[in-house]
Amino acid sequence: MRDVAVVSFAQSEHARALPGVNEVEMLMPVIGQVRDQIGLDKSRVGFTCSGSTDYLAGQAFSFVMTLDGIGAWPPISESHVEMDAAWALYEAWVKLQMGEIDVAMVYGYSKTSPGDLPDVLTRQLDPYCYAPLWPDSVSLAALQAQALLDTGSTSEREWAEIASRSRASAKNNPNAQLKGDFDPDVILADEYLVAPLRKHDCPPITDGAAAIILAADDTARELSKRPAWIRGLEHRIDAQSLGVRDLVNVKSLQLAGSAAGVSTGKIDFAELHAPFTYQEVLAKRALGLGADVQINPSGGALAANPMMAAGLVRIGEAADRIMAGEGDRAVATATQGACMQQNLVCVLEGE
Amino acid sequence: MANTNSSDGEVLSAPLTIEYPFRRSTGPILGAFFTGLREGVVVGVKRSDGSVLVPPSEYDPDTAEALDDLVEVGQAGKVTTWAWVVKPREKHPLDRPFAWALIQLDGADTAMLHIVDAGSKDRMKTGMRVALQWADERVGHINDIKCFVPEG
Repeated sequence: MRDVAVVSFAQSEHARALPGVNEVEMLMPVIGQVRDQIGLDKSRVGFTCSGSTDYLAGQAFSFVMTLDGIGAWPPISESHVEMDAAWALYEAWVKLQMGEIDVAMVYGYSKTSPGDLPDVLTRQLDPYCYAPLWPDSVSLAALQAQALLDTGSTSEREWAEIASRSRASAKNNPNAQLKGDFDPDVILADEYLVAPLRKHDCPPITDGAAAIILAADDTARELSKRPAWIRGLEHRIDAQSLGVRDLVNVKSLQLAGSAAGVSTGKIDFAELHAPFTYQEVLAKRALGLGADVQINPSGGALAANPMMAAGLVRIGEAADRIMAGEGDRAVATATQGACMQQNLVCVLEGE
Repeated sequence: MANTNSSDGEVLSAPLTIEYPFRRSTGPILGAFFTGLREGVVVGVKRSDGSVLVPPSEYDPDTAEALDDLVEVGQAGKVTTWAWVVKPREKHPLDRPFAWALIQLDGADTAMLHIVDAGSKDRMKTGMRVALQWADERVGHINDIKCFVPEG
């Protein structure tokens, strides 16, 4: 295996709506920053891979527009996943392992503001037994949350504390969208949105973009003083139907975490893609993270959740802290699909 | 980096209807399930260990083994988890508060997604029994099941 590292990360200022810019205009400053801050000429990028979805852009092959923006002439080697860009990073990592290139760029983006996101997300579901009922994303999460409550091992109070801590941490994150001091007792008094979830249990709806540069071996050492080496990278998926899954033990995340070697050393901090508060509880258990592990110093997806980029942002935030020397070993996760159906785990280390 | 957060220019907009304008075959297993709904029965599929999946699928979600042993199951069952919708969205099946639920029908080993028209959140409880209510007109579609209601 080649040593592959994150050497640069950039993201947009995430916002509820960016009505004045299209996807290309939203993304281009991020692409410029991720290359310029390490002085990387775009001719050195051997492979480009993106994550986005036509269902949010509202047109077929929408990713081609951003590819044109980045510059696809003279011809470049590129690919796209209709997934969170954390999976685009996985594809780029595989490409680097093949040994033909030394530098790859990964990006993800979405503008969710033009549509009604909870309704749009129903279109990703089983088209026969689920989608015709229009079960929105908050309702499906609430089913999983209730199943977790029924185990008696967590509480709505714990979820309010997760929301409060996340949005307080986000005060140090200039790119976060939803930040500030929220008293758990006060927000617990709010009405249910879809019981047992309240508004604070849900992620904000976000327009945003993110990009990462990966590099291998000595190229990584040349581009970064302290690269964030990827020591484990795995993803797994659970069955589609909620009724056949164990909703309170996220098997795909357990398997990915185990295969990525999360428990083979001390974890200093974790960036968990847990868009709903209760999902942080599930993710910590699935990865076996103890009380000593700092969770989501960036504020996590509860502070900004740009669809198709929020998982990549977790890897980027963790890598930035490793590169800055604020920790030696971190885990980042990405999740997608209803009720955490599919999960990716990335273990990062500094030298 | 540049602040992309605002623009003084007028933003053009146009309506866009999300649709999937194709007809699809439901195949031998889901097809049998929907035909059953039209006829007023619920069918599942048996796995090699004897457990029954409802709704049925053409393959075992754990082993990927092909499945084709269709069996009829009951029209009442228990709620394995639920979520109470305080304010229904425009496209939701009911325009008054209701529960989403995963419901394990009698004779089935897995739960199906549907709604419980319970009237009040106070009537909902994990493990409660619910009974299927058929729609007046049935065409071979998941909405042939109008809803479930608390039993008794």
